[in-house]
Amino acid sequence: MTFVLIGVNHNSAPVEVREQLAIPESRLAEAITRLAQFPGVEEGMILSTCNRVELIANVGNSSVDLRGFLREYFQTDTDLLAGHLYEYREQEAMRHIFRVAASLDSMIVGEPQVLGQVKAAYAVACGVGALHSQLHALISRAFAVAKRVRTETAIGSSAVSVASAAVDLATQIFGSLAGKHIYLVGAGKMSELAARHLIAGGAEAIFVANRTHARALSLAEKFQGTAIRFEELHETADRADIVITSTGSPYAIFRREHGERFLHRRKNRPMFFIDIAVPRDVDPEMNKLDGIFVYDIDDLQAVVSANVASREREAARAHEIIEAELQRFIARLQTQEVAPTIISLQEHLENIRQAELDRARGRLGKLTAEQESAVEALTRGIINKVLHTPITALKNAAGDAESNTVIDHVRRIFNLTPRNLNPGNSDSQGPGTKNSDLKSGNARRIPIGRSREKQEEPVREEEKKATPS
Amino acid sequence: MPLLWLRVALVFYGLGLVYALLALARKAESLAKVAMPALWLGLTFHFVSLAELTLEQGHLTPSTVHHSESLLAFLIAAVFLAFWVKYKTVSPGIFVFPLVFVLTLAAAIGQQPQEFTSPLLRKGWIFVHVTLIFLGYAALFLSFVTSMLYLVQERRLKSKNMGKWLRLPPLQVIDEIGYRALLLGFPFMTLGLIAGAIVAQEQFGAGFFRDPKIALSIMVWVIYMVLLFTRWSAGWRGRRAAFLSTFAFIAAVGTWAANYLSGTHRFLGP
Repeated sequence: MTFVLIGVNHNSAPVEVREQLAIPESRLAEAITRLAQFPGVEEGMILSTCNRVELIANVGNSSVDLRGFLREYFQTDTDLLAGHLYEYREQEAMRHIFRVAASLDSMIVGEPQVLGQVKAAYAVACGVGALHSQLHALISRAFAVAKRVRTETAIGSSAVSVASAAVDLATQIFGSLAGKHIYLVGAGKMSELAARHLIAGGAEAIFVANRTHARALSLAEKFQGTAIRFEELHETADRADIVITSTGSPYAIFRREHGERFLHRRKNRPMFFIDIAVPRDVDPEMNKLDGIFVYDIDDLQAVVSANVASREREAARAHEIIEAELQRFIARLQTQEVAPTIISLQEHLENIRQAELDRARGRLGKLTAEQESAVEALTRGIINKVLHTPITALKNAAGDAESNTVIDHVRRIFNLTPRNLNPGNSDSQGPGTKNSDLKSGNARRIPIGRSREKQEEPVREEEKKATPS
Repeated sequence: MPLLWLRVALVFYGLGLVYALLALARKAESLAKVAMPALWLGLTFHFVSLAELTLEQGHLTPSTVHHSESLLAFLIAAVFLAFWVKYKTVSPGIFVFPLVFVLTLAAAIGQQPQEFTSPLLRKGWIFVHVTLIFLGYAALFLSFVTSMLYLVQERRLKSKNMGKWLRLPPLQVIDEIGYRALLLGFPFMTLGLIAGAIVAQEQFGAGFFRDPKIALSIMVWVIYMVLLFTRWSAGWRGRRAAFLSTFAFIAAVGTWAANYLSGTHRFLGP
């Protein structure tokens, strides 16, 4: 058993490369089925999102190369991918899938979507029967690890964009944004984005004011709000709980005396000014008034970078969790791997002992209780001494790349049948089947480039649809 | 037995206190998981203790200083719990737990001090008076706590440095809790004072309000009213409200302490 993972992600490959490998949802089941049927592959799963395409498989023989599957499936020359494709084996592969599920490998570390994407891929792979015991155990462990990371660290809890930082701050001031009024002063991409985020958070009724009233009208229409003439700005601003400013004015539009008036009219209910304009539209003096909170673009950026830094700190803690979980998982796998062989080895020798004892009993005649126990101890002692070396060798080999060979040899030497080796586990196959699979697989491998033009077009079309996912 | 139950309650309050203090260093969610069940359990045992004590003495009104401390601690914890049920915020617990713990501790240490022997205590009016005033105190304390939390949260928002060491509820939620606590406590305090005045009038005649405790109580009530009025008419929050409620809190503590100076509240036999 060996885990192999190959893939590309946002770090290793530009979007032009990733989109070539992307597999749309509609074709995922078929792709996973083909991966699972690929020679040497015992279990397989494919994760295809806009930031990554990854193939993970449990292969019977460590020489299996999943690049062969890429060549076959995409009819593409993997040499072109060489610089972008990464490959992890065994421990590295397990660690990688843990990191992906826990969102440590994401473009925005800690973003929550990736776990859902892994879960969806897992569901598809389960649906087509591509997962059996080992990979199934690995992926479910990855979910548990991701959950642990999410609950034990604060990796996903802070806002890492200016707009979401603004929403976060507004929530810290107002609690629920439901029913809160927003005032957009001036237009701009960033202020529109912030407004959109606030509305998504529950904020209501939008007022829009702009020096060019036509612009205000069109913006108000966009947000289904009310356009207000710029001259009436100071008379109406107190109606808003959140004011987003982004005008090109060279001097401050809102000054301290305005703030005092707003507070008076609002009976001191708090107001939140988000000043995205440079030069600033809101006099920083306003922040000194009780009940008015002013954040300019630098303040918001500072919040964002503090959050990014804290996510990175949390990522370090998450990394520790992952390492610990990885070691636990490996230890479990290792015992799982050699345990059946050890058990059947013991059973096998015990059977021999019993058979030999039965045969000898006739010749030995009647034994006293003492003699009986001496014979028992003698025979047991012999098989335990004999078993000691192979069992130690098996235990030591557990987890090694060589473990299959050792298990294989022990089985062969002691003449243990594969059926006995995996009681109740029909999923994993004995070494004999693996080898024959591999041989026929090598023969079946299709040369690169065959019927390439014919298949390229439809694949590409589907991929393009899938990329914005 | 009442003392035993009170000590069990004390253990749970202590547990809550530890977690409330831990909340200073960690995320508040972990606090709620242990602190609030601890508070529930503490309140349950506390209630049993109070009920047994009442049965033992045969009337409702607290008959020792410790008994009244116990009752006050119980009411403060109960008011806090009621607000937790509504707002699910444990932050006021940072102040509430220590106070509840200290009051319960004082009551549970058990050295029985002088007993109030006045036959006055057997009157239902006194029980109504004490309980209502204590409820008023509890609400006032909660609003004092929230006004402190408001200041902290406001300062953090203004300084643009939201430290991670303490997760506070949103500013407006803190504000609402404080205001609701005032609104809840004021009628209790008012009715409690009226009940007290009726008893005192009957007992001591018209001059009762010259008693230091009564005078202080009236001052607390006046500050209470000013707090409510400024909040209602001008929306005073933040620093100004915190200033007023600190003042009210100090006056309330003074009123509590004034028992030792007060003639009308000594309740020592005729």
